Amino acid sequence: MGSLGSHAARIPDADSIRRETGFSQASLLRLYHRFRALDRNKKGYLSRMDLQQIGALAVNPLGERIIDSFFPDGNLRLDFPGFVRVLAHFRPIDDEDPGIRDPKEPEPLNSRMNKLRFAFQLYDLDRDGKISRHEMLQVLRLMVGVQVTEEQLESIADRTVQEADEDGDGAVSFLEFTKSLEKMDIEQKMSIRILK
Amino acid sequence: MEGAELAGKILSTWLTLVICLILLPSAFGVSLGISEMYMKILVKTLEWATIRIEKGVSKESVLKNSASVGIIQRDESPMEKGLSGLRGRDFELSDVFYFSKKGLEAIVEDEVTQRFSSEELVSWNLLTRTNVNFHYISLRLTMVWVLGVIVRYCVLLPLSLKNWLSELVHLTCCRICVRALSGTIHYHNKQYRPQKGGICVANHTSPIDVLILTTDGCYAMVGQVHGGLMGIIQRAMVKACPHVWFERSEMKDRHLVTKRLKEHIADKKKLPILIFPEGTCINNTSVMMFKKGSFEIGGTIHPVAIKYNPQFGDAFWNSSKYNMVSYLLRMMTSWAIVCDVWYMPPMTREEGEDAVQFANRVKSAIAVQGGLTELPWDGGLKRAKVKDTFKEEQQKNYSKMIVGNGSL
Repeated sequence: MGSLGSHAARIPDADSIRRETGFSQASLLRLYHRFRALDRNKKGYLSRMDLQQIGALAVNPLGERIIDSFFPDGNLRLDFPGFVRVLAHFRPIDDEDPGIRDPKEPEPLNSRMNKLRFAFQLYDLDRDGKISRHEMLQVLRLMVGVQVTEEQLESIADRTVQEADEDGDGAVSFLEFTKSLEKMDIEQKMSIRILK
Repeated sequence: MEGAELAGKILSTWLTLVICLILLPSAFGVSLGISEMYMKILVKTLEWATIRIEKGVSKESVLKNSASVGIIQRDESPMEKGLSGLRGRDFELSDVFYFSKKGLEAIVEDEVTQRFSSEELVSWNLLTRTNVNFHYISLRLTMVWVLGVIVRYCVLLPLSLKNWLSELVHLTCCRICVRALSGTIHYHNKQYRPQKGGICVANHTSPIDVLILTTDGCYAMVGQVHGGLMGIIQRAMVKACPHVWFERSEMKDRHLVTKRLKEHIADKKKLPILIFPEGTCINNTSVMMFKKGSFEIGGTIHPVAIKYNPQFGDAFWNSSKYNMVSYLLRMMTSWAIVCDVWYMPPMTREEGEDAVQFANRVKSAIAVQGGLTELPWDGGLKRAKVKDTFKEEQQKNYSKMIVGNGSL
C-alpha cells in the first residue's frame, strides 16, 4: 500500500535493455513492477515456481513450454533483462517502417522472424532446428490432454508434418515452418499491446 | 509538581470527555453526529490535498492513475475465434500462437495476482505522508481503542451469566471499537438481518468484517482457534456469546465440522452462525469461489455483502504478508474505515441443486450487490497451486475443435 513510485533509475541497465528490446520507458517500468510483484520472496530473480504460481498460466495447456522459454540452457534463475527479452518477442511490430532499418543492426526482437522463432522453439524441444514427428505429437498431446486417442493424434501429426515438409526428411525445419505460415497474420496473433 | 497536577487535570478532563462522547452514546446506540461531520471534513481535506499534490508531482500520479486499469490490451475472443487459421478447423501449426499469447498475457498481467495486491488507488489518500495532525489523531485513537479493550475485559467476563445484558455489552464494546477505528458503516436493508437458527454468509476482506457485522447483531462465530492475540480476543468473545471454535486438526474432518454446525443451527435459540466461505481475505475488489462446505449444512442462508470504500483506508489484510499486530496498527492509523453492508433476502438450496451450484448462486448474488467482480478461481490460490480441472477444460474445448469436426 502507499506509493509504489519507483523511477526508471531504479531499473538496473535500463538504457541497454531499452535499446535491445525496444520497449518504451513507461512499458519498461510497468514490466519492472510486474517482475517485482511476481518475485514474491523478493529474491531479485524469478524461479520456475514463481511463474507456475500464476493461475492463468498453470491452466494453459502449453504453460510448461512457455515457462521453459524463459529458462533456456537449464538456467534456474530469471533476471529482469531475461524476463523482458522474452516478452519483447510479443511487442507489436513498430509502425515505423522497418524496411529502412540498418542491416548491420541486429534484428529487433519483435520482428516477424523472431516471433516465428519463438513459436518454433515451443515445438522444438531438443533444439536441433527441426520439429520431428515425435515432437509434434508431444505438443499436440499437451494441447488436447486425454481427450483424443493415440491413433487420432498420430494421424493429425502425420498430416501436419507431411503438408509442411518439403524436402521429405520427415521433419519440419524452421524454413519449412515459416513457409507454411507465410500467409498468416503473425503480427496480430503474437502481439501483446501494453496500454499507455 | 505543578506539571504533574496539570497533566492529571488534563487526563481527567479528557477521560470524562471520552466517556461522555463515546461510551454513553455507544450504549444507547445514538450517534452524536460527530462522526458524520468528521467524515465530511475528511473528504474535503483529501480532495484539496489531492489537487494540491497533483499539481506538484504529476508524473507519479499519472502512472498510478493508469495503473488501476488493465495494463495490456486484451483480446477476449473465445478460443474458437482466436484459433481460426488459414483453413477450416483442423490442427494448425499456428495453433500454438493462441496458447502462447494467452500464456504470455498471463505472465504480464493476471487477474489473481492483482487481486492479492492492494487495490491501487486512483487518487492519493495521504496515508503515507508525515503530518503532525496525523500523529496526534492516531494517538488519540489508540487510547480509545485500548480503553475499549479494557472495558470489554472488565465488563464482559463477570456478565457472562445474563444473556440480554451481555448482548448489550457486547454491542456496546463493538461500537466502541468501531468508533476507535473511526468507522462509519452504512447498513442497508436491515429487514433482512439474519435471524436465529440461520447461517450468515459474507465475503471476507479483513478481520474487521467480523467487528462490523457484530456491531449490528450478535452472531456465533465459526472458525479455528488462533494463537496469540487473536486467541485471547476469541476467548473473551466466547464468554459473551456461545461460539463454535475448532482446533485446526478438527477442521480437516469435514464431517465433524458439518455435524457440529448442524447441531448448532437446529437449536432455534442459538444465534445465527457467521461464516466466511471464501476461506481467506480477498482484497476487496472481487469475490472468489465460495467453498461448498458451508452450503452443505442446510438451513437458511442469509447472504451479506460487505464493501469497503477504498478512499479512506485499505482494510485488506494479506495474512501471508503481515501479521495481526502490524495489521491492527495500520488500521488504527488509517484515517477512517468506511464501508457498506448490504443484508440480502434469505436463500435456501433448491431441489436438484447441489452444494457447488448453490454456493455459486449465493456468490453471484453477493458480488452483484456489493458491486464486486466475480472470479472463478479458488481463494486458496493465494497459497496453493491451481487445480488441474481448469486445464482439462481448455484441453477439452480444443480437442472438440480439431477432432469433433470429423475431419479425420
